[in-house]
Amino acid sequence: MRKLFAVSLAGTVAAMLIPAASAQKINGAGATFPAPIYSKWFGEFKAAHGGTEINYQALGSGAGIKQLTEGTVDFGASDVPMTDAQMALMKVKALHFPTVLGGIVLIYNVPGVTAKLKLTGETVAGIYLGEIAKWNDAKIAADNAGVKLPSTDILVVRRSESSGTTFVFTDYLAKVSPAWKSKIGASASVTWPAGIGQAKNDGVAGMVKQTPGAIGYVELGYAVENKIPYADLKNAAGKFVTASFDSVTAAAANSKDLAPDFRGSITNAPGAGTYPISTYTWLLIPTRIPDAAKKKALVDFLDWMLGPGQKDAQPLYYAPLPKKIVDLEKKQIGEVK
Amino acid sequence: MKSLNRRRNAINNVMLTLTGVCAVVTSSTLILVLGYLLYNGGKSLNLSFFTNLPVGQGETGGGIANAIVGSAEMVGLAALIGIPIGLMAGVYLSEFSGKTFGFLIRYTADLLNGVPSIVIGLFAWTVVVVPMKTFSALAGGIALSLMLIPITARNTEQFLQEVPRTMREGALALGASRWRAIATVIIPAARKGIMTGIILGVARISGETAPLLFTALGNQFWNTGLNQPTASLPVVIYTYATAPYESWHQQAWAAGLVLLGLVLVANISARLIVSRGASLPK
Amino acid sequence: MATPTAVIGAKSKPVSGRLRGADEVAWAVTFLFALLILAVTIWLVYELWSASSPSREKFGFGFLTSRLWNPVTDEFGALPYIYGTVLTSFLALLISVPLGVGAAVYLSELAPPKLSNALTFLVELLAAVPSVIFGLIAIFTLIPLMRTVIGPALKSALGWTPFFTGPVFGVGYLTAGIILAIMTFPFIISVSREALMSVPREQREAALALGATKWESTYQIVVPFARLGIFGSIFLGLARALGETMAVTMVIGNSPTIKASLLASGHTIAAVIASEFTEATGKIYTAALVELGLVLFVLTMTINGLAQLLILITTKKGSGKA
Repeated sequence: MRKLFAVSLAGTVAAMLIPAASAQKINGAGATFPAPIYSKWFGEFKAAHGGTEINYQALGSGAGIKQLTEGTVDFGASDVPMTDAQMALMKVKALHFPTVLGGIVLIYNVPGVTAKLKLTGETVAGIYLGEIAKWNDAKIAADNAGVKLPSTDILVVRRSESSGTTFVFTDYLAKVSPAWKSKIGASASVTWPAGIGQAKNDGVAGMVKQTPGAIGYVELGYAVENKIPYADLKNAAGKFVTASFDSVTAAAANSKDLAPDFRGSITNAPGAGTYPISTYTWLLIPTRIPDAAKKKALVDFLDWMLGPGQKDAQPLYYAPLPKKIVDLEKKQIGEVK
Repeated sequence: MKSLNRRRNAINNVMLTLTGVCAVVTSSTLILVLGYLLYNGGKSLNLSFFTNLPVGQGETGGGIANAIVGSAEMVGLAALIGIPIGLMAGVYLSEFSGKTFGFLIRYTADLLNGVPSIVIGLFAWTVVVVPMKTFSALAGGIALSLMLIPITARNTEQFLQEVPRTMREGALALGASRWRAIATVIIPAARKGIMTGIILGVARISGETAPLLFTALGNQFWNTGLNQPTASLPVVIYTYATAPYESWHQQAWAAGLVLLGLVLVANISARLIVSRGASLPK
Repeated sequence: MATPTAVIGAKSKPVSGRLRGADEVAWAVTFLFALLILAVTIWLVYELWSASSPSREKFGFGFLTSRLWNPVTDEFGALPYIYGTVLTSFLALLISVPLGVGAAVYLSELAPPKLSNALTFLVELLAAVPSVIFGLIAIFTLIPLMRTVIGPALKSALGWTPFFTGPVFGVGYLTAGIILAIMTFPFIISVSREALMSVPREQREAALALGATKWESTYQIVVPFARLGIFGSIFLGLARALGETMAVTMVIGNSPTIKASLLASGHTIAAVIASEFTEATGKIYTAALVELGLVLFVLTMTINGLAQLLILITTKKGSGKA
């Protein structure tokens, strides 16, 4: 018994002292919004690129920004562009690299309703402000003629942590609802008037899926993968649009250009086929990476991501980047030293 | 008078039965927990579960191999750091300490023992992760060792104290110096209890999640290096349980079963060791 | 030639000067390791204190009474978390103390020794179950149960009180209280049973001789005699419940609010640190979370101290050892 203990202890110590094997290891943390495609990318990149292991922990956009600022990860990921204040706190400046486009949908679990619900921005704002409390409220019924809505309470689910998904969602609500804009505003972390918090896109999806009467906002892929119904939203042109590859791509095409540093919002964009809650999502890469091997691996990944990687977007319910963004980004890669 | 007695007897029977119900309810909780895990987790236990790495988010398949290794690594590191410190401190408290300093160390050890595990995680983040500028298995191991040290110290002290005076005095009478008496007579006499305490302590830290959240973080790939983030069994259970994917739920159940199994085996064996070797000559 | 024996302390009896040297080394080595425990604990308290100073300086004692938690404007207050921590622990004890003391009574007074030992063994093993496993089970069993059965039942029966109003999500204070109750069973039962078993036989027999029923003897004589130990067990359970992180995070609902309804979702100190620490940007936010950790530390330290004191008094009183 004692011998077994000693041997296993020795084995563990020996294993720990083996320096991280020859494959390059990179650590990143950040948004859950793009986590499905990032985990696919990093798996593919490892196979295609001599075993480079990019370990990505999906903790939320806020965590990605914080950990990058602290220097405890090699790169971050966020659906909310860093604010000027946050960028000022960084010892080594970070660059924003858009990776994919995606949409945020309103998922719901309404007992007895199998049809796809239609919602307007004001209705959603009213629900999240706590003003619309039941599913058969007149405002919801007005847009859903012919659907029998029960009198169940609406159980609002939102993010508990600092989230880029929250930022994009509240950014949209602030644009379509003056009441939301003045009372709550747009931010990664707001003071919610109603509802319960769940961690990550995963948590919100899980809670809505299991709770009759619940409503929540998640990235499109989470809704489809988990077979949770999501609503059509009324866009700026007055049409009810389903979130899809086409409608999200249209949002990017119809928005004004991103700033030179690639920050920007494309919510509530004009156009008949636009999905209103669409967004870019970014990788945050430091401008200076002292470890040459790490830098090469990251730069190679960015190149690959902008090239072969983009074809993974559509099957996973994202949309690839517009070509002109890709071209501009390839130039920005040169700024990573 | 008779009716009063009848009433008192009735109350007597009812209340005593109630206490029996309480006892049954509380002691069956463990059986329910174990049963539930067996039922839900048992079906996902297969060889690939133990040998595969996790796959992409939402995909099926994948396993917890790196989590098991990561947990073993960090618990091993914690044991490497914590057991010697705890043992030596326990020896000090039992054999050498004076009144005031002994009280101080005991109080501090109990204090450290009572620190919530999330606060230990905060501390480890501040003093290991931030200076190292990376999440790491080292930070996780150090956080866990902080929880192991006080348990080991107090437990060692307790079992050393139980070694009868006759043994100590006998050793000294035969001409042994203090340290020889301690090393060759007293510690061996108490070894069953000390080992039990160590096993229980190690079992406890292997189930801890909170200290690992901000220290070891997590890793989809294999990790053996001490300075890299590492997956661990409890954190994987937490992540998978709170996700919406059915495949991840299955894995959470199975991983939970593995973890609980290990912890229970350790606890039961520790108790068996102590109960069998309990009687020392007085 | 004076031999300075005082160096090692009165316990040692050196046989010769040379051996004393080795004993001195042994003393020094073990002393250093013991000192390490002291040093690490002091360091921990120091780090908690200094890392929380930006927040302490900004908010002062108002931190403990403010309900506002706004990372955007850097305004932080601990009240919702203190409320949640205290409420869930209180609920846990409300459930586990009657059950636990009742079980302890049965195990010490009524059960045959073998059964008593076997059941106690099962209960004590419960203490070894990791918190995350309780959380895992709670998510898939307790939460749906709460949402579909327990919550609506409580709401319809007691909805006229302010404690059972509002929508039933399944997560919330009551769910957390229930899971914490299960986690505190082992502490309450094990220590209470010890306390009850250490009540001298004469006390029971005297009561029975005077005509009391077994229940009356237990309830009026034995339990009061052991009350200090029982209180000690309650404090131990309380200390565990206050610091519990994982199981609570998974079932509390994560709302930094203060609600009277037990069916509402809330937050606790440990849960908010676990959920928000990895993303707390900015000095004040991080410091506020560390300050919460400091508050929790002080809280558990106090309760633990009281528990140790009570248990110490009981064992000294009830054992009557020579």
